[in-house]
Amino acid sequence: MISLEEGFFAFFLIVLAFACLIVAGKTFDQVMAFHAGLGALIAAVSAFVIFKNYFNDGGIAIPQEIGGKPNYNMGPVKFGAVAAMFWGIAGFLVGLIIASQLAWPALNFDLPWTNFGRLRPLHTSAVIFAFGGNVLLATSMYVVQRTSRARMPGRLLPWFVIIGYNVFIVIAGTGYLLGATQGKEYAEPEWYADLWLTIVWVAYLLLFMGTLWKRKEPHIYVANWFYLAFIVTIAMLHITNNLTIPVSIYSTQSVIVWSGVQDAMVQWWYGHNAVGFFLTAGFLAIMYYFVPKRADRPVYSYRLSIVHFWALIFIYIWAGPHHLHYTALPQWASTLGATFSIILWMPSWGGMINGLMTLSGAWDKLRTDPVLRMMVVSVAFYGMSTFEGPLMSLRSVNSLSHYTDWTIGHVHSGALGWVGYISFGALYCLIPWLWNKKGLYSLKLVNWHFWLSTLGIVLYITAMWVSGIMQGLMWRAYDSLGFLEYSFIETVEAMYPFYVIRALGGALFVIGSLIMAYNLWMTVRHGEAEEAEPVTSGSLAAAE
Amino acid sequence: MSVWAKHKIFEKNTFVLLIGILVAVSVGGIVEIAPLFYLKSTIEKTEGMRPYTPLELAGREIYVREGCYTCHSQMIRPMRDELERYGHFSLAAESMYDHPFQWGSKRTGPDLARVGGKYSDAWHVEHLINPRSLVPASIMPGYPFLANNRLDTRDVAQHVATNSLIGVPYTEEQVNSAARDALAQATPDSDAAFEFEERWPTATIRDFDGNPGEVTEMDALVAYLQMLGTLVDFSIYDNQANLR
Amino acid sequence: MNETYTAVAGFAQTWGLIYFMILFGIVLAYALWPKNGKKFDDAAQIPFRED
Repeated sequence: MISLEEGFFAFFLIVLAFACLIVAGKTFDQVMAFHAGLGALIAAVSAFVIFKNYFNDGGIAIPQEIGGKPNYNMGPVKFGAVAAMFWGIAGFLVGLIIASQLAWPALNFDLPWTNFGRLRPLHTSAVIFAFGGNVLLATSMYVVQRTSRARMPGRLLPWFVIIGYNVFIVIAGTGYLLGATQGKEYAEPEWYADLWLTIVWVAYLLLFMGTLWKRKEPHIYVANWFYLAFIVTIAMLHITNNLTIPVSIYSTQSVIVWSGVQDAMVQWWYGHNAVGFFLTAGFLAIMYYFVPKRADRPVYSYRLSIVHFWALIFIYIWAGPHHLHYTALPQWASTLGATFSIILWMPSWGGMINGLMTLSGAWDKLRTDPVLRMMVVSVAFYGMSTFEGPLMSLRSVNSLSHYTDWTIGHVHSGALGWVGYISFGALYCLIPWLWNKKGLYSLKLVNWHFWLSTLGIVLYITAMWVSGIMQGLMWRAYDSLGFLEYSFIETVEAMYPFYVIRALGGALFVIGSLIMAYNLWMTVRHGEAEEAEPVTSGSLAAAE
Repeated sequence: MSVWAKHKIFEKNTFVLLIGILVAVSVGGIVEIAPLFYLKSTIEKTEGMRPYTPLELAGREIYVREGCYTCHSQMIRPMRDELERYGHFSLAAESMYDHPFQWGSKRTGPDLARVGGKYSDAWHVEHLINPRSLVPASIMPGYPFLANNRLDTRDVAQHVATNSLIGVPYTEEQVNSAARDALAQATPDSDAAFEFEERWPTATIRDFDGNPGEVTEMDALVAYLQMLGTLVDFSIYDNQANLR
Repeated sequence: MNETYTAVAGFAQTWGLIYFMILFGIVLAYALWPKNGKKFDDAAQIPFRED
């Protein structure tokens, strides 16, 4: 008999394929025709694969344990890790391109598909949702299985989550280039992509909770708390911020139900908590598993991690309106947001201390293990950006920093330094574990990656600090007669050298990621196989 | 039996954690968002605000599509330099029909909240086709294709209808004639233009792109840019009454 | 206008504060409760206990 799960997915995919075909046939919107056609194709192929697999193996159940050990499901984790590396390089490259466009506008080529306005959402979504998202999906599936000592439930469900998520990425990304966008920052995908992501995300929540239900450990390890908060909160934010009415089911376009000041509030409640729960809580989960694992010692204080968790999620959710100081949003709201941003200092630094002090007594490993060094520097960047963030949320500082490159610099110290490095560290750990290798192909190359990208980040954020503050000061500068000293275009001209430096920093970061991809590829292809114990801690092997 | 009993407790714990997280993360959003819908002071009382005409709305869709908001804000803050550079600070009322809002977060280019009427139509058309022909140091991309793309009025009609559905106060007549009105606003001296004027007494009718042959995306975008920030009558607006 | 602001601020600065203090107290008590100590030490070892 075909299992209930297989039958359900096959039925769902066949219905979906037909629905997509109908939409593709009836629409006058070319983007919709393309996306619906793509959807029909992927759904039909997936349904075919389900039947093919069923007829090949006759529906034999997969053992939950082999020889008394959990039979972990690492296929989807591998897929996610590879996808993360691919999207990471793509996203960094697009970032480099748009950074260069700001210095040399001819690079826009005056075409619709290559102009800054369409590429910028492609960059932000590619690095946050495609790279970051795949890192989170892959590591969460790995960590929740290992710390629960149980196999993920379902045969198709994990694959549906990881492939479905990447289909969302492709639909969203190609949509931006073709002009399908909602026009809300960091929430640009159109209604049908949003709807699809909602389905995938609910499946992800079920998969994660399902693994926790199967666990053999009495306690839920703290990393899983952070993952769960990330999954649940992103679902809430995504649904609320993307409530739209499609202008027609045959059109890519939609109208958001919120308007004006309310839309601004909902948007930045979403936007800042995408930072708080996607880029912080999710990656803190990585920190709480991979740093102890790599350093080979338990987290500094488990008690602190519990306080860290509750304080962080309680407080972060309030911080959004600090993006709207001095705007038409009532002042009580933005002040409330800023107040909580200041309070947020405490849990953020509590978490940072917890991560750093995990190394106490093992600091020497920083010298010998560049992977661990990368993760520790990432936690330090986390401390730095969570110090800078509350500062920028102060009304007086914000009046200068808002609308300038300072914000861009701040975002990148968090994104490149914290999210980027903790992800790189996790991938450097994960790839040898997943492919049963003793260690990485070359630690020397990790060192190169580390130093090149660190130099890149430093160039990037210092250039943006200088240009941002300069820009803010030039806008408000008055001459001795009481007139505005600079026209707007003069402030644009002054940015040029800093845009060049920033692009250079970005280029170094891209080169670093290419070195990483090469290193990981060689690890998988030519790394020395782990023999005695497949997939163990592996942390010491790499640090010799 | 004992295994089942244990299993149940585990399930409960996962749920307890889930509920705890949900409670923790809901409070902040509710407290900050919900009051904006019922506090009357959120949106000021003004004279002159009207929904976008079909052509302006189409222009706005192009503004969104090309990602203009990634470099241009539409939110003037109440600071001396911004008031002098851009004009009266932006009111919440001025974006109350904006689905979605386009306040932006970055000024790689200048604020556009009150760009309407500051430059001529011809300037905008030339500037959008080749920004550096007018502003040599500009880093804005060129959008020459807008002048060649004919405006798709099927989209426009659907957009107006959907906006009306979610509460933008269009009259029934305005919704029904949206497709025709979109063309009429850029076709002065036509019969349709006279009808348009009856439905939209405060809107401007012009051949915005300087190409009388057809109504292009350039027409729509320039029509939108030229009305930005021009609706509210500030000669009778009372700042003090709306102080928050 | 101003009355609403004062009322909201007053509420936030009293009840809001108390609410957060209580929540923080609960979390702190749970984390620092001596009896929970062994459980937490055990939980911290989970990553190293896998097969």
